[in-house]
Amino acid sequence: MENPAQILGNTAGGVIGFSWLMIALPLVGAAILLIGGRRTNKWGHLLGVAMSLGAFVVAVLALVQLLGLDPEQRRQAVHLYEFIPGMVDMGLLVDQLSISFALLITGVGSLIHIYSIGYMSHDPERRRFFAYLNLFVAAMLLLVLADNYVGLFIGWEGVGLASYLLIGFWYFKPSAAVAAKKAFIVNRVGDFGLLVGMFVMWTTFGTLSFAGLGDATIEQNGTVTAIGLLLLLGACGKSAQLPLQSWLLDAMEGPTPVSALIHAATMVTAGVYLVVRSGAFFFPLGSTAALVAGIVGTATLLAGAIIGCAKDDIKKGLAGSTMSQIGYMMLGAAFGPVGYAFAIGHLITHGFFKADMFLGAGSVMHAMNDEVDMRKYGGLFSKMKVTAITFIIGYLAIIGFPLLSGYFTKDGIIETAIEHNPVMGWLAVAGAGLTGFYMSRMIFMTFFGKARWDKDAHPHESPAVMTVPLIILSIGAIGLGAFLVLGGRLYQWLAPAVGGARDFVPAFHPFSVPGLSTLALVAVGVVIAWFKYGKAEVPVTAPRGSFLTTFARRDLYGDALNESLFMRPGQWLTRLAVFFDNRGIDGLVNGLAATIGGSSGRLRRVQTGFARTYALSILFGAALLTGALLLVGNL
Amino acid sequence: MTSLWLPLLIAVPVVGAVVVGVAPKSAAKWLTLATSLVVLALTLVMAFQFKPGGERFQFVFEADWIPAFGVKFGLGVDGIALVLIGLTAVLTPIVIAASWHDADAPHAKYSVKTYFALMLALLAMMVGVFAATDIFLFYVFFEAMLIPMYFMIGSYGGAQRSYAAIKFLLYSLFGGLLMLVAVIGLYVVTTSWVGGDGQPLFANGTFMFPDIIEALKTQTIDSGTAKWLFAGFFIAFAIKAPLVPFHTWLPDAAAQAPAGAAVLLVGVLDKVGTYGMLRFCLELFPEASKWATPLVIVLSVVGIIYGAIVAIGQTDMKRLIAYTSISHFGFIAMGVFAMSQTAQEGATLYMVNHGFATGMLFLAAGFLIARRGSPYIADYGGVQKVAPLLAGAFFIAGLAGLSLPGLSSFVSEFMVMIGTYSSTAFGSGALAVAAIVSALAVILAAVYILWMVQRTLHGPTAESVSGMKDLSKRELWVVAPLLALIIGFGFFPKPLLDIIRPAVTDTLVNVKVDNPAVAEKGAGE
Repeated sequence: MENPAQILGNTAGGVIGFSWLMIALPLVGAAILLIGGRRTNKWGHLLGVAMSLGAFVVAVLALVQLLGLDPEQRRQAVHLYEFIPGMVDMGLLVDQLSISFALLITGVGSLIHIYSIGYMSHDPERRRFFAYLNLFVAAMLLLVLADNYVGLFIGWEGVGLASYLLIGFWYFKPSAAVAAKKAFIVNRVGDFGLLVGMFVMWTTFGTLSFAGLGDATIEQNGTVTAIGLLLLLGACGKSAQLPLQSWLLDAMEGPTPVSALIHAATMVTAGVYLVVRSGAFFFPLGSTAALVAGIVGTATLLAGAIIGCAKDDIKKGLAGSTMSQIGYMMLGAAFGPVGYAFAIGHLITHGFFKADMFLGAGSVMHAMNDEVDMRKYGGLFSKMKVTAITFIIGYLAIIGFPLLSGYFTKDGIIETAIEHNPVMGWLAVAGAGLTGFYMSRMIFMTFFGKARWDKDAHPHESPAVMTVPLIILSIGAIGLGAFLVLGGRLYQWLAPAVGGARDFVPAFHPFSVPGLSTLALVAVGVVIAWFKYGKAEVPVTAPRGSFLTTFARRDLYGDALNESLFMRPGQWLTRLAVFFDNRGIDGLVNGLAATIGGSSGRLRRVQTGFARTYALSILFGAALLTGALLLVGNL
Repeated sequence: MTSLWLPLLIAVPVVGAVVVGVAPKSAAKWLTLATSLVVLALTLVMAFQFKPGGERFQFVFEADWIPAFGVKFGLGVDGIALVLIGLTAVLTPIVIAASWHDADAPHAKYSVKTYFALMLALLAMMVGVFAATDIFLFYVFFEAMLIPMYFMIGSYGGAQRSYAAIKFLLYSLFGGLLMLVAVIGLYVVTTSWVGGDGQPLFANGTFMFPDIIEALKTQTIDSGTAKWLFAGFFIAFAIKAPLVPFHTWLPDAAAQAPAGAAVLLVGVLDKVGTYGMLRFCLELFPEASKWATPLVIVLSVVGIIYGAIVAIGQTDMKRLIAYTSISHFGFIAMGVFAMSQTAQEGATLYMVNHGFATGMLFLAAGFLIARRGSPYIADYGGVQKVAPLLAGAFFIAGLAGLSLPGLSSFVSEFMVMIGTYSSTAFGSGALAVAAIVSALAVILAAVYILWMVQRTLHGPTAESVSGMKDLSKRELWVVAPLLALIIGFGFFPKPLLDIIRPAVTDTLVNVKVDNPAVAEKGAGE
C-alpha cells in the first residue's frame, strides 16, 4: 500500500508539519493532571486552560499557513508513523474541513475551559475535571485530524470515553453513573456499525485512508450503500440521532460546561463530520445512504423539537434542541457539497450559540443553587443582565432571527432541502416553527414574568471569568452566519475538500416562499409561547398536560421502547445463560464425572482425598499408556 | 547452529526454584523476584537479537533424549513463540510483586517459600512449552505445567479451592490424554514415511516439528488418520484455551486461585491452547484443519457471544473476568482458523495483549478483594471516592478488557475481525457473517465492564469500603508497567507485529491456504 503522503505528493512543512502538537498538548495536559494527582490541584485548571489555548494557537497558525497556499494545495498530509503495517499508516490530514473543526474545538473549547475555572471553583476535584476536558480536546482533535478511518475511530472512542468520564464526573450520584454508562453503551451500538463499515471498506477497496479512497473508483452499488448505512449508524450513535438518541438527555447529568462543550458544540457533531468527510465516497447526492441520512435528520429535528417543547428542566430543553439542530445538520449533509457547506456552517454557528446558551444556563444554575426547573425561575433578567442578554442573543440566533447567524445557516439547509426533497424541506420549515416556540418558552420562563424562586434563592450575576466567555460566544452567535454564508465564503473554502465546484455561489433567497414561510412560522411559535408563558402566569408545578405533552415529556417513549425491546429481554437472556451454564453444561460435566467416578453424588461433594486419588490414577494410567505405546510404537 | 539461550532461559528459573526452596524464608520473595527479572532481561536481549524474516526457528537447540524413539530435547522459537515467551517473562515478575502477601493466608497448607518456588517452576515450564520444537517435549511441558498450578490453586486458593483445583486437573488431564494418543499416532505415521531413495525418512521415527513440517512437503498423512489426530490435538487445546463448551473449569479455577496465579493461568497457560492450535493443528494437519474450520468458527463465535452474555450475569468479579476471557479466547480461535494473514497476526497479538489487559484486571480485582475480603460485586460501591488510584487502575484495565481503541487490545481485536471478514480462504460470505456477529461483542463488552465498574467504583461509598486504603508503592509498581505496555502497544503495535508477521506467513504457506495475502507477502518480504 502506498503512503498517503506520497499520494498527496507532499508531506507538509511549516506549522502544519507540527499540527500533531494540537493533539499532543492537551494530551500531555491530561496525563500530567491525572498522574500528578492532588499535587497539581493548585494550578491544574491553569495548565488545562494553557494546553487548550496552545492547541488553539497552533490551529490558528495552521490556518494562516493554509490561507497562504493556493486553494488546490490546501490539503496537507502529515505522515506520523506506521500503525498497523500494511493496513493503517497513521497520519493527519490538515485541510479546509479539518482545520475548520479544529478551530471550533480549540476556540470554543478554550472558552469553556476558562468558564469552568469559575463554574467548578467550589468543586474539590476541579483538577480532575480539567484533566478530562483536556483528554476530550485531544481525542476530538484526533477524530477530525486523522487521515484514515482507524485514526478517526480512536478519536471517536476517545471522545466517547471523555464523555463517559464527564457525564459521570459526580460518580457518587447513582443517576450520573447510570447516565454515563448508558451513553457509552448506546454509542457502542453505533460503533458496531462504524467497525463493520470499516471491514467492508477494507475488503472492497483495500484501504482505510481518505486519500486511498479518493484514488479508488467508487461506483454506487449495494456494497457501497451498505458501507454508507453502517457509517450512518455510527453517526447516529455519536450525534444522538434517531434511533440512538436516548442517551443525550440523560447526559445532562454532567456538569454544565460539559454539556456545552461535548453535548452541544463539538462531540455530538462528530457524526455530521463523519458523513461529510465520507460524503464524496459513500453519501453522494442522490444515493440511498444520503437519502437515509436525510430521513434520519428530518425525523430527529422534529423529535428533538417536540421533546424541547415539553421539558421544564432547562438543560434537558437545550438537549432536545441540540438533537433537533443536529438533525438539521444531518439533513443538510444529505444534499451533496452545497448541503455539506450549510451543514458545516450550521455546525459552527450552532457551536457558538448553543455553547453560549448552555453556559448561560450554567450561569443561571450557578445563581439559583443548581436549580434546573424553569418553573422555579422567572424574572431573572434584572438580576443577571449579562447572562440574560447573551442568552437572548443565542436565542435569537437559534430561532433564525434575521441577520443573526442561525438565520443564514439554517435557512441555507432548508432551501437546499426544498430544492432536492420538498417533503423533508417543508418538514424542516415546520421544525423551525417549533424551535421558535420552545426556545421562546425557555426565555419567557427563565428571564421574564414573575419570580417563582425557592425561598433560599438569591440570584446574582456570575463572575467575569464566566461572563467574558459568554460575551465572546454571543459575538460569534451574532456575526458568524453572515460571515460564513454571504458570498458563498464557507462553500468555496470547503469545496476542494468535499468535492464541490469552487467557482459557484450557492443561492441565498431570503425573500423566497420557503424563507418567508420559515420566518412566519417562527413568529407564530414565538407568539404562542408569549401567550402561554409570557403573558399568562407559569404554574410552579407542571400541569398534567395532554397525551402529546406526556409523550414529549417521556422523550417520545424512547427509553420505554429500549427497555422493553432490549433491556428486559437482555436481562432475561443473561439470567437464562448463567443458569444454563451452571446447571446445563457444568452440571452435565460434573454429573458425567461423578458417574464415571462411581459416585452418585455431585463432584462438588466428593471428598478431596478421594478425588485426588482419582486424579493420580488417571495420571498413572496416562503414564502406563505412554509406556505401552512407546513400546509398540515402532511396530 | 546450537544456541544455549533457550536452555539457559529454562535452567535459570529451575535453579532459582531450588535455591528459593532451600534459602531462608526472609530471602525467598526477593530471590524469586530477582530470578524472574533475570529471565526477563535474558528474554529481552534474545528478542533484540531475533531476526524477523530470517530463519524461521532461531536460537535452536537440539540434543538427543530418547534416541530409540527419535525423541529430542529440541528447542527453538519463531516470532509467534518468541512474543509468547516475552509475555510470560514480563508477566511473571509483575505477578510475583503482586503476590507478595498472597501466600501469607492463614489457611495455606504449605509455606510461603513453596508458593514462590512453585511460581519459578511454572515459569520454567511456560518458557519450555513455547520453546519446545519436539512435539513429545511439548507434551511433557504441557502436562508438567499442571502440577505447580494445581498446587497453587489447591493449597493457596479461596474457599472452594479443592474443588476448583481437582476440576482443573481432571479437565486438563483428560485433554492431555487425548493429545498423548495423537502425539503417538503422529509418531507412528512418521515411521512409515519413505524418502526418494526408498529408505525410511526417519528410521526411528521423529517428534521434531520442523522435520515433520519439512517432510510433509513430500509426504502425506492419510486423510482419515489426519482427522483423528487433529481431533486429539484440537480437543486438548480447546479444553486448555478454553472454548465453549469445554470452558466450565475456568471460572472455578480462576475464581479460586490467588489473583497472581489466576493471571498466569488465564494470561499464559490458557494461551498454550490457542498457540497449540496455530502451531500444531494447522501446520501438521492442514487439510483436517480446513475440514474442521466451519465447526471451529461456529464454536468460536458462540463462545464470543455466549461468554460475554454469561459474564454480564456474574456476581463474582473473578468469575466475571474469567468469562470475559472465554469470550476473548473465542476471538483468538476465530482469528487462527480464519486462515488469513491479518487474522492470524491479530490472533497472535491478541494472545499477548490479552495477557496484559486481563492480567491487570485480575490483579486490580485482587487488590480490591484483598482489602474488602469479598469477591462479590454487590459488596462494593463508591470505591473511587476512597481509593482513586486503585479505582483508576481497575477502570483502565476494564477499558482494555472492552478493547477501547488506543489501548493494545483494540488493535488485535480489530485485526482479528477485519482479517476474518476479509479472509478469502473459504470463499467469501460465511466468514464475513462470523466477523459481523463477533463484532456485536463490542456492545456486550461495554455492558459487562461498565456495569461492574458502576457497581464497584461509582455510587455512594459503601460502609464496608469506607476505610479502604489506596494503592501501596509496591502495588503501583505492579500496575505501572502493565499500564505502560497497554497504552504503548495500543499506539505502537508495530514492534510486535514485525516479529509476528513472518512466522504467520510461514504458517499460512505450510497450511497451503489460497490467500492472496500469503502469495503477496510471502514473495515480497
